[in-house]
Amino acid sequence: MAGPAILAPSGLQALLDVLRARGYRVLGPQVRDGAIVLAELADAAALPVGVGDAQAPGRYRLRDGEPDRVFGFATTAQSPKAVLFPPDELLWRGRRTADGFSIEPVAPADEPDHRPVAVLGVRGCDVAAIGIHDRVLLGRAHVDAHYAARREEAFLVAVTCSAPGGTCFCASVGTGPRPRAGSDLVLTELTEPHRFLVEATTAAGEAVLAELPTAPATADDLAAADALVEAATAQMGRSLRTDDLHELLPASAESPRWAAIAERCLACTNCTAVCPTCFCTGVEDASDLTGDLDERHRVWDSCFSLPYSYIHGGAVRTWTASRYRQWLTHKLASWQDQFGTSGCVGCGRCITWCPAGIDLTAEVATIRELAEAHDAVAAASDGDVLGGHR
Amino acid sequence: MAMGGRTVTVAGRAAGADPAAAEEVGRDRRPTLAVWKFASCDGCQLTLLNCEAELLALADRVRVAYFPEATRAAVAGPYDLSLVEGSITTAEDAERIQQVRAQSRILVTLGACATAGGIQALRNLADVAELAAAAYPRPDRLAFLARSTPIASHVTVDHELHGCPIDRGQLLEVVAAVLQGRAPRIPSGSVCTECKRRGTVCVAVADGLPCLGPVTRAGCGAICPAHHRGCYGCFGPQDTPNGRSLASLLGAAGMAPTDVVRAFRTFNAGAEPFRTATGPALPTSVPDAAGGRP
Repeated sequence: MAGPAILAPSGLQALLDVLRARGYRVLGPQVRDGAIVLAELADAAALPVGVGDAQAPGRYRLRDGEPDRVFGFATTAQSPKAVLFPPDELLWRGRRTADGFSIEPVAPADEPDHRPVAVLGVRGCDVAAIGIHDRVLLGRAHVDAHYAARREEAFLVAVTCSAPGGTCFCASVGTGPRPRAGSDLVLTELTEPHRFLVEATTAAGEAVLAELPTAPATADDLAAADALVEAATAQMGRSLRTDDLHELLPASAESPRWAAIAERCLACTNCTAVCPTCFCTGVEDASDLTGDLDERHRVWDSCFSLPYSYIHGGAVRTWTASRYRQWLTHKLASWQDQFGTSGCVGCGRCITWCPAGIDLTAEVATIRELAEAHDAVAAASDGDVLGGHR
Repeated sequence: MAMGGRTVTVAGRAAGADPAAAEEVGRDRRPTLAVWKFASCDGCQLTLLNCEAELLALADRVRVAYFPEATRAAVAGPYDLSLVEGSITTAEDAERIQQVRAQSRILVTLGACATAGGIQALRNLADVAELAAAAYPRPDRLAFLARSTPIASHVTVDHELHGCPIDRGQLLEVVAAVLQGRAPRIPSGSVCTECKRRGTVCVAVADGLPCLGPVTRAGCGAICPAHHRGCYGCFGPQDTPNGRSLASLLGAAGMAPTDVVRAFRTFNAGAEPFRTATGPALPTSVPDAAGGRP
């Protein structure tokens, strides 16, 4: 593969043009409704130049960023999940016929705009999340055909994060700020002078890079990128200790903390909707008034909803505490058994976009403290007087 | 209106497939639909007439037997499907709803009045005699119950559609489900699920707007936040609402305690989770209830 290259700021428009000429529907970060969101992008002038974000538990605000900086914000409000794994997806249509019924499968290629997607500005956390979705949706016995169709054709332009937010913790879960493998191109935005370090990581990325007006990167450029990563790592708003989670959370099933969280938790499902790795869905059938046409949709679901745990006779998790426990324990612990990694990539969205500002990193720390205090008491009393916490 | 006296074609294919079809000419086998009004503004039942694109298909499939907003023609019961709008606020209505139930195979309630008592359930939290005296010159001529109550407090209800007003799509869905003998798809989770599905940026988190979306039942498609307004809870409580948490968040964000109470006590003031969200310590009477009228 060709080595790292340098792209001038004006080269971003060339990148958009090359991708569009190759038939991609290009999505990139833009300011909409008071936030930076992913939306279709044809003109580099629409990128959020000089705009930053301030993120805290339950709070998001745009702010003035560094002038001229194109990617001087932490994360888009929604991850690319909504693009590759849409919230409402038509799976098939059924029609009544003279002698029964027929089923018409529907594929992403049947959508009105079925161009392959290119996403510009994917952060390390979100690149890692797409990797997790690949494992969950493509790496098991039954491949998710719709996700596979979108994912296979997708082109990802990752960007090294230079401005982690107040709820970010990718450094402590090992997904950023420098994007790991999984994208096609990696951009790193450097200053003085303003330029982009571009690295191709796939053949598709190589082909696109070859069409861009670049110059070879120097050792100074690479050193500047390393310095940027180091500075960004030091700016993480939060951190999460992960080494003990696989044991800690299952052992804390009876922790008093779950009830305390449930006092605040709204069971609104925002955390799971914004989580770039949450993949639970429900299947809904909808027939029209005539009963001649039926559509089967797959829609995002959430372990925080009551019907999610409905089995014969009723819902299993009626108490919100049991839903939060299920979510956190699966995300950080049993996910490892199921898929070989943690389900958390440290993007911080579940903290920012929780209307109640519940902070997963703080809750894990509290659960750990309670478990350690419990163990200390049990050890001091030389036995199991408190009833087998572990 | 046309529907009442319409010559009926039984759904074409079914009639053609039936050897006895000739004998059926002129005989209407469509399920009958009745629309009933109790204490309400008529907005929910008018949603049926607002289904303009679907009205003909609907009229093909149901016989409108009783619907005073649409037709003077009235067919005697029993009815296959009754849509009931409004709350019970008088002794006469408490009796009438029993008759409606007795004549109805499936009974579906429409809107905040029928499902939670409506805005008129604010009286449940106040001194009714005082309110009547403030509003009417001769309150002694009024005959009403002290409380406005939902239909389900009086009779068995098969399905409930929430909202002020109800959602047109949900109405068609429940009618289709009844006609086809299946369960309707009526979500019970929060409005937030719909905001996130349609990609609306959260107005509470990104803009600090007071929003009842997290405690409110989905079904409207999250219209208000999509127009940059907080949800005002017209669909009533979601299935697991944490009103106390949201009330304390609104207070922490600077909303005056009285305003927090008011936010929860509008169209669904009679719904228990909204009524108790602000706790017994906060005022339970309706501030300025009489002040708005001349």
